[in-house]
Amino acid sequence: MKKYIALAFLAALLTGGDAFAAPIKVVTTTQDLESITHEVGGDKVTVDSLAKGYQDPHFVEPKPSFILKLHAADLLIAVGRELEIGWLPPLVNQARNPRIAPNGDRYLDASLTAKILEIPTGQITRAMGDVHPAGNPHYWLGPDNGRRIAQAIQKKLSEISPTDASYFAQRYADFDHRLTEAEKRWQAALAPYKGVKVVTYHRSWPNFTDTFGLNVVGYVEPKPGIPPSPSHTLELIQEIKRQNVKVIIIEPYFDSKTPKAIGRETGAQVIVLAPSVGGVKEVTDYFKLFDYDVNLVVNAIKQTGAK
Amino acid sequence: MIVFSTFVRQGLACACAVSCLVGAPAFAQAQQQSAPAAPASTPQSADPQQIRQELDRLRQEFEAIRDSYGARLAALEAKLGAAAPAAAAQPPTQAPAPPPPIAQPPAAVTSASEPTVAQPQEPAGQLPAYNPATSKVFNPDMAVIGNFVGAAGKNDVNVTPALRLNEAEASFQAVVDPYARADFFLSFGPEGVDVEEGFLTLTSLPGGLLAKVGKMKEQFGKVNTLHAHALPWADVPLVMTNLLGGEEGMSDSGISVSRLLINPLFFLEATGEVFAGTSGPFAAHDRGDVSWAGRLRGYRDLTEGTNLDVGTSFAYGHNELGPTFRTRLFGVDATFRYRPLQRAIYKRFLTRTELMWSRREQPLFTGGDQSSFGYYASADYQFARRWFTGVRFDSSDRAVDSTLRDTGVSGVLTFWPSEFSQVRGQLRHTRYAEGVTANELLFQFLFSIGAHGAHTF
Repeated sequence: MKKYIALAFLAALLTGGDAFAAPIKVVTTTQDLESITHEVGGDKVTVDSLAKGYQDPHFVEPKPSFILKLHAADLLIAVGRELEIGWLPPLVNQARNPRIAPNGDRYLDASLTAKILEIPTGQITRAMGDVHPAGNPHYWLGPDNGRRIAQAIQKKLSEISPTDASYFAQRYADFDHRLTEAEKRWQAALAPYKGVKVVTYHRSWPNFTDTFGLNVVGYVEPKPGIPPSPSHTLELIQEIKRQNVKVIIIEPYFDSKTPKAIGRETGAQVIVLAPSVGGVKEVTDYFKLFDYDVNLVVNAIKQTGAK
Repeated sequence: MIVFSTFVRQGLACACAVSCLVGAPAFAQAQQQSAPAAPASTPQSADPQQIRQELDRLRQEFEAIRDSYGARLAALEAKLGAAAPAAAAQPPTQAPAPPPPIAQPPAAVTSASEPTVAQPQEPAGQLPAYNPATSKVFNPDMAVIGNFVGAAGKNDVNVTPALRLNEAEASFQAVVDPYARADFFLSFGPEGVDVEEGFLTLTSLPGGLLAKVGKMKEQFGKVNTLHAHALPWADVPLVMTNLLGGEEGMSDSGISVSRLLINPLFFLEATGEVFAGTSGPFAAHDRGDVSWAGRLRGYRDLTEGTNLDVGTSFAYGHNELGPTFRTRLFGVDATFRYRPLQRAIYKRFLTRTELMWSRREQPLFTGGDQSSFGYYASADYQFARRWFTGVRFDSSDRAVDSTLRDTGVSGVLTFWPSEFSQVRGQLRHTRYAEGVTANELLFQFLFSIGAHGAHTF
């Protein structure tokens, strides 16, 4: 018996010692957070995302295989603002890892320091569709929020591994610098097109359109989360014609049939932007996300002469 | 949203106006009271000008008060808008911290016509000490789900009314403290109110354990663990009614402990449970007649869009015939799912089967021990964003007499107006052991209000 205890003790010591040097196991809910965590954490972390960038982040299946990932996680980073309300809570409840639960010290809600748009005011009901009472959760699509997320992650990682704090700080500074440079590039590309009118499928893009000065005049969905209806589509077609909108932005996980029909009817061009890292194959990190989307928007505007 | 906000704004404006009106006489009175002290030094002739000055002063005061109240109301409105719903959907998990959403200013609105709340940069100390919005933060998530079922056609064996609100399920779910959460499901049906489930889940046990204490659905197979509104049918399979003791299945007071068996190949979870032994096919004759249940569940992703979920379960307890008569149940279930990630909201396929064996001890004069077998096999296919269709085959012996076998087949069509409501039609053909057949059309309306916690997989 004593021998076993001694062995167990030794094993605990060894693994405990290892844990110091072992990378922090981070699980993120989306690939955007995964990419930013990579930027900040470098080789001191391993990151795994539950949802894929090409899947609708509102509707992810809470598969038991995710429970295993969460069980082993040292840190869970979520988008928050109820984006994951339909699938993350049951996973966390079953993960047997109380530290990553929302009241735990290894849980990071990335939205807490981000700039959140469209926080509804007054009485809200589900007659408005799938409204997010805590504001629009697609906030990572504004590059400034990428910086805010990175800063929150840097803080959290430094809390978990204080000895690497300067490493994380240096990586954050580097990310911040590169992001600032890239933002200049993206802003310059879209600068001539401030105020160009666009229509989007879902309300996924307010941070993106705000950042780059695009003007969203309508949505393919009659209400958030409610699929297109014929009457709304007709109204939208008239609105697009009246306002001479030339660009319709959709997400890869929506059916393009209705937007394409609207495009044919009105002469507007339908572009499938990447709503997340991983949304299309080329978009492998947070910088490429905006490179890709900005490029598509600029090309569409140029081709259609949108105003 | 716009209309509603406008109402709210108008209400605010009215409230301000009312408070001003109500406030006015009070100020006038105050003025009158202070007036008698003043006249001694002031000649009567100066009155009109003085009154005008006083009026101006009062007007300024009113405006100041109105502005201050307006700002306070706006602040409250913002809090209600941001804090209360956020809290409703996400239980007080970050209990001590103030709800963060309002920390960041909402910088934009969705459309030009939509009114926004002005950003009152008031110090928090100016808000009333009692803030109803924050006191509600600790309320549990509450939801009510209505399950309305209608039936047409003839069925002499299993008689149900033409129209019935089968169940109104009220759920209350919240985190209890840093160590546990609680879930209550109260079922209001034609027979009265019943605690369908009410249990505490201990989420921070060591050793990868998860324990539940209270009344809960026994972890036996799949259908027995699901609430009626989560089933893809308007009814339950015959094997449930015949072998698991009725439509409600086995839900009993007890303790459940489960553990992940970590291995590199697949998800494996073992669950052991002990119950009072009073539900489903079980009946306790004294305190010692507890029932036991156990389940081993394995799951593996085959590809990113397909997976396989298999389980084996057993349950053991005394039956209603007496302390010496026991019932043993054994079950095997398998589920295959397909849901392509990029088209997840439009397309999915699920096929499932559950096989159950019941061995029931009975005295010789009622035929002796009975070994009964039953199963169902089903497939469900989502072919459009809001449309689902499915089919189910049923076959089950009866637990009390294994020579009697009922069989059935059903076709189902479901429409989802939104995530929160469903309309379902089910054509059901049943052939009962007595030789009676029944052809029925069942239709179901499911509708949910409030914040119902997400379902487990």
